[in-house]
Amino acid sequence: MTNELNYILESKNVNVYYGELHALKDINLKIQKNSVTALIGPSGCGKSTFLRVFNRMNDYIDSFKIEGDVFMEGQNIYDKKVRVDELRKNIGMVFQKPNPFPKSIYENVAYGLKIQGIKDKEFLMDRVENSLKQAALWDEVKDDLKKSALALSGGQQQRICIARALAVEPNVLLMDEPTSALDPISTAKVEELINELKEKYTIVIVTHNMQQASRVSDNTAFFYMGDLIEHAKTEDIFRNPKKERTQNYITGRFG
Amino acid sequence: MKKRRLEYFIELILKACAVVTILTTIGIIWVLLSESLTFFKEVSIKDFLTDTEWTPLFAKKHFGILPLISGTLLTTFIAVCVALPLGLVIAIYLSQYAPKRFRKIIKPLLEVLAAVPTVVYGFFALMVVTPFLQNLIPNMAGFNALSAGIVMGIMIIPFVSSLSEDALQAVPKSLKNAAYGLGSTRFQTSFRVMVPAASSGIIVSVILAFSRAIGETMIVAIAAGQQPRLTANPLVPIETITAYIVQVAKGDVPHGTLEYRTIFAAGITLFVFTFILNNISFWIRKKYREQYD
Repeated sequence: MTNELNYILESKNVNVYYGELHALKDINLKIQKNSVTALIGPSGCGKSTFLRVFNRMNDYIDSFKIEGDVFMEGQNIYDKKVRVDELRKNIGMVFQKPNPFPKSIYENVAYGLKIQGIKDKEFLMDRVENSLKQAALWDEVKDDLKKSALALSGGQQQRICIARALAVEPNVLLMDEPTSALDPISTAKVEELINELKEKYTIVIVTHNMQQASRVSDNTAFFYMGDLIEHAKTEDIFRNPKKERTQNYITGRFG
Repeated sequence: MKKRRLEYFIELILKACAVVTILTTIGIIWVLLSESLTFFKEVSIKDFLTDTEWTPLFAKKHFGILPLISGTLLTTFIAVCVALPLGLVIAIYLSQYAPKRFRKIIKPLLEVLAAVPTVVYGFFALMVVTPFLQNLIPNMAGFNALSAGIVMGIMIIPFVSSLSEDALQAVPKSLKNAAYGLGSTRFQTSFRVMVPAASSGIIVSVILAFSRAIGETMIVAIAAGQQPRLTANPLVPIETITAYIVQVAKGDVPHGTLEYRTIFAAGITLFVFTFILNNISFWIRKKYREQYD
């Protein structure tokens, strides 16, 4: 029972359907606090869907249906009483393609705070600076915070999106293939960032890149056709996987 | 060989259609220009633009276009004041809130508003809206800019709502996801992210609606009166440029006279207005496209 405290997210018997399609089958998984968990598996295996279960971003899909319970620090996030907008202030998200708002760098990072009604200029500036520093972008943009975020490179845009998510100080950061649209150098920067961020945040990352999973994550969960095949310490998954499917996937025999 | 010639022939027909359209436009501009040039030989442009009275059909003639412009802008302004908030709210509702199936029914229904014959709107303004408003504002005249403007505003709602909705739909979905992902409510997502991102498209829709309202004739001719008056008071009869042209074109004025030529001068003024507005919207649309590609 003392162990329970170390887990921040937990899914219990989660089943997800898109209309007729049974996208996730009875998933039970606990996510450790201040760790990086990688979700891997071939395309269409349900890993992105599972990621979005945690901040309820699937709710906008018409045919989406979920069964089972998902807890964050003991609170069932699919409870009727839970306000999704409040939930998402605790669980930030970084998307596959950089999606900064067509606003200035400053406005992008301050957005999450401003919608919470915070107007104190000094406070906002502090947070913007801090978040940009955490996202390792401050030195590159500190002189043109008023510049449009769309004018930055793809890698910088993605780090803006990370800074934007960090500015509201969430507990959890969900990352949906955050480097798939980036060049190798930007990818390396973002990976380095992930390693630093886990001091303060719990990170769940979906990735297609096996090397990336082994480089950045502490735990890895392997999904296949909607099933959670294996979930263990990353070293164990990559060195001696228990299931044959996992073995086949990570050695590149399919997927 | 036969096929080739047919192809060539078809191309020729298509080209001819395009040329006819262009020629028509050139012809219209030519007539407007030449007739108004004759007009401006007798009336100085300075008088035309600065005189505050428009009485070409009276014994004591004045040729100041300002009262007609003020009447036109007044009714148009009222119309846009009605159409912009309503149209925008409808667009936001349809694009951000309404279920897909509902939107599919509502959108064409709204566009019916634009299909109602304007003479019906004019009649509606005069016989329904004016008496209703007179209950609330007792000293309002039977012909006035307010009812005409309001009804014209209703008519142009679909211009604003339809084009604005298209603009909102064109905003990349990733921005919506980003806003939701940061904990925005639907309202915040709509007003802080979607509307600003679609702003150029929304501005274009308003300009086109504005342009349509400036050129609208029947409603104002029926309900706004025929008294050119330099005023911003929406409760008294006024006359718009279009209504004046109708009044003269109805036939009391003999062809070829100075009085008759006033309609060309009025017409070219109107043309200049809509031409500028259309160009602004064209320019914004072009800029907007560059921004998103």
